[in-house]
Amino acid sequence: MSSSEQASSPSGGRSTARVSIDVRQLLIELLVPVLAIFTALVIGALIILATGASVTAAYSGLFRGALGTPQALANTLVESTPYIFAGLAVALGFKCGLFNIGAEGQLAMGALSAAVAGAAFTGLPMIIHLPIALIAGLLGGAVWGGIAGFLRAKTGAHEVITTIMLNYVAIRLTDYLIKVPLKDPAASAPRTRFIAPSAELPFLFGADYRLNAGFILAILAAILIWWLLTKTTVGFEIRTVGANPDAAQYAGMSITRNFLLAMALSGGLAGMAGAATVLGLEHNLKASFSAGYGFDSIAIALLARSNPLGIIPAAIFWGALRNGAGLMQLESGISINLINIVQALVIVFVAADQIVRWIYRIKRKGGNQVVFTRGWGG
Amino acid sequence: MTPVLEVRNITKRFPGVLANDKISFTLEAGEIHAFLGENGAGKSTLMNILYGLYAPDEGQILVNGKEVAIRGPNDAIRFGLGMVHQHFMLVPILTVAENVTLGTEITKGLLLDSELANAKITELSHKYGLDVPPDALVQDLPVGIQQRAEIIKALYRGADFLILDEPTAVLTPQEADDLFVVIESLRKQGKSIIFISHKLREVLAIADRITVLRRGRVVGTVLPKESTEESLAAMMVGREVVLTVPKGTAHPTAEVLRVEGMTVLDDRNTIAVDQLSLSVRAGEVLGIAGVQGNGQTELVEAITGLRPLVAGHVTMLGKNLTSASPRTIIEAGVAHVPEDRHRHGLVLSYPIADNLVLSTYYLEPYAHGIVINESAIVHRAEDLVEQFDVRTSSALALASTLSGGNQQKVVVAREFSRPIKLLIAAQPTRGIDVGSIEFIHRGIVRQRDEGIAVLLVSAELDEILALADRIAVMFKGKIIATVPREEATREGIGLLMAGIVEQPAAAG
Repeated sequence: MSSSEQASSPSGGRSTARVSIDVRQLLIELLVPVLAIFTALVIGALIILATGASVTAAYSGLFRGALGTPQALANTLVESTPYIFAGLAVALGFKCGLFNIGAEGQLAMGALSAAVAGAAFTGLPMIIHLPIALIAGLLGGAVWGGIAGFLRAKTGAHEVITTIMLNYVAIRLTDYLIKVPLKDPAASAPRTRFIAPSAELPFLFGADYRLNAGFILAILAAILIWWLLTKTTVGFEIRTVGANPDAAQYAGMSITRNFLLAMALSGGLAGMAGAATVLGLEHNLKASFSAGYGFDSIAIALLARSNPLGIIPAAIFWGALRNGAGLMQLESGISINLINIVQALVIVFVAADQIVRWIYRIKRKGGNQVVFTRGWGG
Repeated sequence: MTPVLEVRNITKRFPGVLANDKISFTLEAGEIHAFLGENGAGKSTLMNILYGLYAPDEGQILVNGKEVAIRGPNDAIRFGLGMVHQHFMLVPILTVAENVTLGTEITKGLLLDSELANAKITELSHKYGLDVPPDALVQDLPVGIQQRAEIIKALYRGADFLILDEPTAVLTPQEADDLFVVIESLRKQGKSIIFISHKLREVLAIADRITVLRRGRVVGTVLPKESTEESLAAMMVGREVVLTVPKGTAHPTAEVLRVEGMTVLDDRNTIAVDQLSLSVRAGEVLGIAGVQGNGQTELVEAITGLRPLVAGHVTMLGKNLTSASPRTIIEAGVAHVPEDRHRHGLVLSYPIADNLVLSTYYLEPYAHGIVINESAIVHRAEDLVEQFDVRTSSALALASTLSGGNQQKVVVAREFSRPIKLLIAAQPTRGIDVGSIEFIHRGIVRQRDEGIAVLLVSAELDEILALADRIAVMFKGKIIATVPREEATREGIGLLMAGIVEQPAAAG
């Protein structure tokens, strides 16, 4: 569908003029996030200077740690895989006018379900076992997100509150299950049993590079969500409910159905972030395994301005920062925490894009604002 | 004699728009000077400049012959200017006196001296024949009296000239007549009035001079006795317009819509529609007249499935559609032009093309299964844009870029172009230009002539009188009378709108 937010490739009887307009539109859309990143890195450099360390040493360490070698690049993509899934989850919620803060909990439920399904069967061929484990992860997250969607649709309970609360439930529940009933008796530290090899996501370039098929699935998910949102009636309904729920209802769309669907899909994507980590990388589920992917995903969705395809570079950027931080610390003595500051500044500048527009004197063209979420009870 | 207010060559630019282009006019002492213009003609910008809310890019403002710089509402008040906004700036839970003295409270030590305040307001009220109880809570007063409280507020702050912004938009015809009496009395006491309106008849009746604005410019200043409604409309639009819709007699046939004993609650859970019954037949227009806020909104929402019924039945073509879903009702052949096109009628951030399929996007040929057929949607949109004369550069332009009239044409195009049996049009021409009004009125009559049942809800009595074949007057959630068009008079309907059923001996 020809929505302003997407640089959709036109089909049918469109003139080429529309294509070139879309490219310009895309550049305009990219301008603020790119400048936000640039500004955050500049301020990061000032902070490094203030501590007396070398800016060049720090940033070259960061860069080489993230992208400098094929191994580093592969690790960046590994780091970005859960970010892509979870970022898509939050972005999809935004498109329907829902603020899903529950990606962290949905991710935990997805990881748990995948770990259980991966360890439950032995002797199944991969072509059956791996899909079962993936679908289990998807469903685990979808149910958890769907609960919040159901509560919003049927009772009006705001998803911000319910998803935060469901995060606690999910994290504590998985923690308990890992430590008590599902604990691998052979392990000293609490973790579940290893999944069967038939449920593992295969490595793409051998075990030396940890990059696995999970990354490919994440890219496919981004394309699928983009297609769903822009090219199907399902996405048209979700976007309409997000852009103007009153008009959606007037036009005969069911707000409750779309809230439920969007939250379940969103939860499912977050669940896939957990499943991809368990099946592709860890091959078991440890207590407190998530490094806050669910919360960082909100930042990634904001950076990508909720564009499903934009999630891919935004997530890779996030993965690169995280992956390069180690070498940066090694080479310059700057704490890894600087990366948290840079990430936080990027989000401040993207969320408050007025600041970036003011610094760089960019005029806002038209009223092309993305609806992120509505207020309480709205 | 020096004019009390003189404006010379005021120019105001907004990005991409010349909102005011060298506007000049004078306001004499004791004059009622009307400003006429369509939405977007620059009336509001001009008034906001006078009230100090915008700074003009060029030009001068002179008060009593002296040039002044108005940098904010406080300056405006100091120079003797008072403004009565279309949407009242009153605190509903305070009394009239408290509202009037807000910000300049009369105190006795640390306490408010409400007796002195009341006395002062009573005095003002008598002097100008306003008749407002100072100690009544604003929320308990009818709209017409609230408006007078706004006028008192301006007078209390020493206003010598008053700007009344679309003051009759929220009033019944009788309340409007009362307002005109008040305006006369203000004028007799030496006050000058700037009266902003888009109602031609009113302006002709009350103004001493009429200045017409179009696209930010003064088209001309004319005297009422030299003008007619047609000549003023032509000045506003820039071409000849037909104000009365050509319309033959109705030939109603079978009943299409029947509403029986309908009770509906509003958002505050009070009864908005009270055991209402009505019936519309194919080929006729039933007009629902009434002052805004008498349950019309809730009536339409209940019929179209947007609001639940507490009691009663809705039957369409013999099918029970009580509390059916909006989609079921749409698919049964009901078109709905909603009263708030921004809230219900359009997704402003969507292209025109998407808005045109807002309720049919899932049907062939616009979708195959769940996959949207973009080219079918765009081709359809291009046809409708042409057929319904939507002024836009492209069918892919965002709805937010259109003027109000063209936005409404998009809504109308979508609703009229489906195979429908019942058309529900709520305030179909609110806030749009004369040219678009003409177009939409003709469209409604054409639908009727093609045998569609039309339920028209409008707060504009002129619109009801122009289009309706039967007129039902709604008051406090009930239809208190239904009158055939031939027997309806402006005065009779006006009294009914005020809830007066029997003709009193001494009307007015």
